[in-house]
Amino acid sequence: MAGGIRGNERSAGWLFVAPALLLLGLFLVLPILMALWVSLTRWNGQGSPFTAGVPFAGLDNYTGLIADDGLSRTNFMTSIRNNGYYVLFVVPLQTALALGLALIVNKRRGFFRTAFYFPSVTSSVAISVVFLFMFANGGAINAILSALGVHGPQWFSDPRGVFHLLLGDSAPAALADHSVLGLSWWDWISGPSVAMCAIIALVVWTTSGTFMLMFLAALQNLPRQLDEAGMIDGANRWQRFRRITLPQLRPTMFLVVTLGLIGSWQVFDQIYVMSQGNPAKTTLTPAYLSYRTAFRDFDYGSGAAISFVLFLIIVLLTLGQRWATRERNP
Amino acid sequence: MTPLRKAALAAIASASLVAAGCGSGFDDNGSKTQQSSGPASLQIMIASSGDAETKAAKDAAAGWATSSGNTATVTPAQDIVQQLGQALAGSTPPDVFYVDAARFADYASVGALDAYAKGDAFLPRLNESFTYQGKLYCVPKDASTLALEINTDLWTKAGLTDADYPTSWDQLTAVARKLKASGVTPLAIGDTRDRIGAFLVQAGGWWVSADGKQATADTPPNEQALTYLQSLLRDGLAKYPKALDAGWAGEAFGKGKAAMTIEGNWIKGALSSDFPTVKYVVKELPAGPKGKGTLSFTQCWGIAAKSKFKEQAAAFVTAMTTADQQMAFAKGFGVMPSRTDAQATYQQQYPDDAAFIAGAQYAQGPVNAPKMDSVLADLDAALQGLATGDPKAILQRFDKNAKTALGG
Repeated sequence: MAGGIRGNERSAGWLFVAPALLLLGLFLVLPILMALWVSLTRWNGQGSPFTAGVPFAGLDNYTGLIADDGLSRTNFMTSIRNNGYYVLFVVPLQTALALGLALIVNKRRGFFRTAFYFPSVTSSVAISVVFLFMFANGGAINAILSALGVHGPQWFSDPRGVFHLLLGDSAPAALADHSVLGLSWWDWISGPSVAMCAIIALVVWTTSGTFMLMFLAALQNLPRQLDEAGMIDGANRWQRFRRITLPQLRPTMFLVVTLGLIGSWQVFDQIYVMSQGNPAKTTLTPAYLSYRTAFRDFDYGSGAAISFVLFLIIVLLTLGQRWATRERNP
Repeated sequence: MTPLRKAALAAIASASLVAAGCGSGFDDNGSKTQQSSGPASLQIMIASSGDAETKAAKDAAAGWATSSGNTATVTPAQDIVQQLGQALAGSTPPDVFYVDAARFADYASVGALDAYAKGDAFLPRLNESFTYQGKLYCVPKDASTLALEINTDLWTKAGLTDADYPTSWDQLTAVARKLKASGVTPLAIGDTRDRIGAFLVQAGGWWVSADGKQATADTPPNEQALTYLQSLLRDGLAKYPKALDAGWAGEAFGKGKAAMTIEGNWIKGALSSDFPTVKYVVKELPAGPKGKGTLSFTQCWGIAAKSKFKEQAAAFVTAMTTADQQMAFAKGFGVMPSRTDAQATYQQQYPDDAAFIAGAQYAQGPVNAPKMDSVLADLDAALQGLATGDPKAILQRFDKNAKTALGG
């Protein structure tokens, strides 16, 4: 096989990537495979999960989450619903905000670039605690609201969904009496709870700085000539943005939306610090539920299964989003 | 095959060996752990209620270490459930740790605890909280029970006297109506099973059977209890702390927003530090249709099944649970002793706590069954909506969830 003068390069190549492969294998692939094994067992957290005494559960942990009518399915589906609404609000908002900030900062440098990026470099736990104070019943947000004549809600103890609030409090029987996957239709359409809205606001604010930086880098690489050509053709500011700038930002847009999707499906620290899934499970997310199931209920198998289902959801959504934003030739 | 390629393969092979080595680090050699005699260095993990408790525990441990020639390190945990879970999974648990009665069955059922205890010196109702499948595992560290706290100023303002302290549900409703007429919220009660459960006990019911194997929520006594509490909530005779803009019932009581509340021993310390001017008395909870009932909260001194120093750990626990030491803890951070022979001394020194002490004789411990944490969290969510909910539906939902968890 060592034909030609480049025959030896192949093995040299393997040697060069070996350290990286080794590290990835040891700290990424191997733990993932171990977790996959745990998700197929009823390991109770005592000693090693890789001994003969650990009961094998097959796919029971997975069917318990998806097929069997019970509390673990209700909890899991509630967490999927909560996180679904969370993603639905966070991803578009943070992308739009990041793009807006990048457009502003693109013209003005210096102070604002630092100011907008600041939340992203601050510890998420510290920011969460500050937000807890701001959204407290007698906190800054409610003080501002009451100055405007609005009686603010009790943010972190209000489990009502915002769509429910819009639709009125009573559930139509057609929606309340029929359920799918352990939650009634009425519960499915609740929208994010008031408590979740506070967390959404926090996350949009903190992450938009990072994504602003990506948009900014892309904006500064755009050729000036195209914009000038647009000006000569008499396009106004909005037309130039919509028809010239935005199409060129497509790869960055894909990156930002993908990272946003992945990050927001994995939301954990804010939930852990601020609400622990309360009130009434409306801020429960799969990542937090996985942690709680494993480390509080000692049900490590089910906890690991949740994280694998979550992984699958993220992969599918990313593929779907890739398909939706693919290049289309007219 | 070229030499370089061989080297690469060798590298990969050795990597997998390293990985296998890591895997074997998880191994444990069966159920028996090698015991070491002689001077031990004990690791003790506590879930401290505050600086006072941490200091008292550290002082007591240091005293024991000096007199017995061992060393003892006390670590206050930030989140003991998580820290213990990780330590147990890694086979390196602390030798001695606090086990909350509400979590006890989880630890006992997975074999994390050493059943060292011979508990005849302790209150029998507390021992029940630390008995799993007929076997007592660990001895109770201390005890707290629920009682009825009454704000005497608001009480007299409503035209009520010492003779009116309620001893039954009917009297509770009657005084609550008078208090409401005087313009104050009569009762602040926490919206969790840890307060509401007391009404179930008074009605003669409980969430699960005595052996913790069956869910027994959907029964007439439980329904009667929830319906009674619901009527109090609906008529504005009782309110949850959130409705009073308070974090917990004790805060609403301390601020004078409610004339009565149902809390445990810990309210004494909270009131004297945050609301020192409030005047109040503590009475036993009003009896229900089936007599008196209250709830107890306790923790035990758990010894890890995987500890290398079980003998020394048991000696440590014995030293921590002498009557004198328990009285020292009582003085240090306001808990009641769990020993039967310390009750009289405690009553003598703290006559105002008579209601709490009396409650310890008949108090019901938390639900003592494994894998119930998420079921109980779900129950709490339902109880938060009790005012508008259907008691029977709440109880049925609990039974359904608990059945799956208990496997019955």
